Amino acid sequence: MHRYRIWAAVAFALLALALPFIFNSPYYQHMLILILIWAALGTAWNLLGGYCGQVSFGHAAFFGLGAYSAGLLYLHLGASPWWGLALGPVVATLVSLPIGLICFRLRGPYFALAMLALGEIFRLVFLNWISFTNGPRGILMVATRPGKIPFYYLALAILGLALWWSYLLIKSKFGYYFVSIREDQDAAEALGIPTTRYKLYALLPSAFLTGLVGAFYMNYVAFIEPNVVFSLGNVSVMIILVVILGGVATLWGPTVGAAIYIALGELFRAQLGAANVLAFGVLVCLVILFLPNGVVGEVDLFKRLLGGKRRGDVGGSLGSP
Amino acid sequence: MTSVAVLEVRKIVKRFGGLVAVDNLSFAVREGEIFGLIGPNGSGKTTVFNLINRFFPLTSGTIHFGDRRIDVLSPHQICALGIARAFQVVKPLRRMTVLENVMTGAFLRTRNVRRARQKALEVLDFCKLMHRKDFPAGKLTIADRKRLEIARALATEPRLLLLDETAAGLNPRETEEAIDIIRQIRELGVTIIVVEHVMKVITGICDRVMAINFGREITTGPPAAVVNHPEVIKAYLGEADA
Amino acid sequence: MALLGQTVICGLLLGGMYALIAISLTLIMGVMKIINLAHGSLVMVGMYVTYVCYRAWGLDPYLGMLVAMPVLFLLGCVIQHFLINRLLEVESVLPENQVLLTVGISLVLTEVIRFIFKSDYRSITTPYAGEALLVGGMSVSIAMAIGFVIAMVFTYLLHLFLTRTDLGRAIRATAQDREAAQYMGVDARRVTVITFGLGSALAAAGGSLLLPLFYLWPDIGHLFTAKAFIITILGGMGSTTGALLGGLTLGVAESLGATYIGMGYKDVVGLVIFLLVLLFLPHGLRSLVRR
Repeated sequence: MHRYRIWAAVAFALLALALPFIFNSPYYQHMLILILIWAALGTAWNLLGGYCGQVSFGHAAFFGLGAYSAGLLYLHLGASPWWGLALGPVVATLVSLPIGLICFRLRGPYFALAMLALGEIFRLVFLNWISFTNGPRGILMVATRPGKIPFYYLALAILGLALWWSYLLIKSKFGYYFVSIREDQDAAEALGIPTTRYKLYALLPSAFLTGLVGAFYMNYVAFIEPNVVFSLGNVSVMIILVVILGGVATLWGPTVGAAIYIALGELFRAQLGAANVLAFGVLVCLVILFLPNGVVGEVDLFKRLLGGKRRGDVGGSLGSP
Repeated sequence: MTSVAVLEVRKIVKRFGGLVAVDNLSFAVREGEIFGLIGPNGSGKTTVFNLINRFFPLTSGTIHFGDRRIDVLSPHQICALGIARAFQVVKPLRRMTVLENVMTGAFLRTRNVRRARQKALEVLDFCKLMHRKDFPAGKLTIADRKRLEIARALATEPRLLLLDETAAGLNPRETEEAIDIIRQIRELGVTIIVVEHVMKVITGICDRVMAINFGREITTGPPAAVVNHPEVIKAYLGEADA
Repeated sequence: MALLGQTVICGLLLGGMYALIAISLTLIMGVMKIINLAHGSLVMVGMYVTYVCYRAWGLDPYLGMLVAMPVLFLLGCVIQHFLINRLLEVESVLPENQVLLTVGISLVLTEVIRFIFKSDYRSITTPYAGEALLVGGMSVSIAMAIGFVIAMVFTYLLHLFLTRTDLGRAIRATAQDREAAQYMGVDARRVTVITFGLGSALAAAGGSLLLPLFYLWPDIGHLFTAKAFIITILGGMGSTTGALLGGLTLGVAESLGATYIGMGYKDVVGLVIFLLVLLFLPHGLRSLVRR
């Protein structure tokens, strides 16, 4: 890594650590935590969708599984839902294995649709299996709550894990193999890449991290129900939109996208009241039409146009973090 | 060096529904030779490659690589065993640089990024593509893309290389360079099967040539003999006196 | 026994109306070649137009449908021309960007409607809504029967249009091979715009026929998108007969699921069938029939 990048990363990390004290009110701290949640979700999705090109429209399944692992431990065993932070990602990962093995036979939009169907099946099952999950009444935690600040640091740690894990994968053989599968799956096979296996190598961390965020969410918000955590529109699709906003197949894209999503969301909500989702929808259309590679993706393009080609900085997906 | 059969294709048949694309074809390729496969459009040449590579399953027959039967393996396993392929319709990994493309091939034999890069740079140098190493593959000219196909395949350290019309669409100078590179690859000890329409390549470098039409063998032999064989000429041009 | 028969008939009638929505999706996707996740929201908008006609002028939904169709035709043309066509030229990392644009459009349409009408459940009541015919001991809802008949009429008219008219042939040509059609003098972009409009109009028709049977609220669009895709995959992409068969199948499956498993799980039945077909019958039921 170039030296200035190390300094920038350190500065950024220090800033991130200090943020909840800079923005002192619970309202802003809540916003920050939301940004961290969406950034982590987006980063996790990006591994499978952005780098490996397998666009999943059903990641809510993993989020919900993580949340419900925590919630059901509390509901049925009276256990502290913090145990869910350990169980949630494990459950999500274990479930993702057969899902991947089955669905990776499908390509492109068919895979997307299959994942969409799966997410919906999970939602409906959790909604209707009332004896096990409490159905639409959901799970409510009534423990005393620590303030926002510990949650902030926990969320920050989760995002840090997601980013670090992604970075390691992308810069390694895995990263090259993921991108080659995305670019041309047949060529990848002909180069000796066992594509299904490597798609799984992208799916497993993706599911793990998404489940982890789900378990965190249960602990933070203290109430979950299937239509919220397994939601197609509000979770699965929103994760994708956040990543698109920020930049598919870039390391920081999802974080930037999350920040824009939450900040703009609040701005729209304050200015436009009930029409804020509409404004977001319009924004999404505009970004897809005019900034198809997201904010971070287009920044790369911009830098390249200005600065000419630098060694290893060309090509977008692997050259720049 | 004894003429060991590197690849042995025995009575392979491929049917697509009612269409017989490959009809009872048999041939053996010896180690170190450059084997040419020619035939008019639609004669089944690329299908043969797809069968060796197992992008399609055989309808019947067997294919052996060394002493292993490969028609039951998956494409990536076949590549790992040592058969690499450059496609007719080039498949560059477009959003990766040329170097990254070749590194992807090199990763078959190592998991270390630095070693993969090292190997990729050697291959790029060999294929005379060093000057393009940081170009996004999607922005290359067709000649460079064809060379990238070869370079990427070479990086997997194959024993057998399948080249599918790598000289198509090249101007005379580029064709000469392609012939040179293929010769040099053979000197590395790689066995090569070449599918071509450009006769200059066939007569220039092949040790033996097989001509096929309608998925069936017409004749096999030294290039000059095959290319001038009346049945082969008829297959390409239709009836000689019409 | 009568219960089974009634369930099946109910399923068939419902399925026929679903089929109309799926056929309009197949039409659009055949020409656009991308997954259109906004389709359900088009149905939803059509339903709201019909609803407004009912509330404002007391128009029966079967007449309101005749208003909704041209409105949606225009809307569809506008969306295709100004938004989606533009995307065909943009280079992005994921080809799924186009799909996501349709998601964005769906979002905008849903939120505009929510802004105007709020999220309240709406419904319409027609004089014949509660009426049923008694056929051999089985109760058949009149609203469903009429809806089914009209849906079949539209399907047949569409079939005639596609096979007998020049424009219809142009549409089929563009769907089969866009470039070849262009070489033959077909203006592919214009055809795509018209097809999207036509598909939207038919989607509106399908929705209007279902209006007497469903509660209406802005998010109902997602439900119809899901059903349309299930049917399209079931029947085989690009096949109108497939969509018809698929629609009937889904209708019956849902109906059986609702009667014998439970209301909540009825949608799961459709989704599971969807997954199974995706995985094991990639060309849909059509490939079974053609065997």
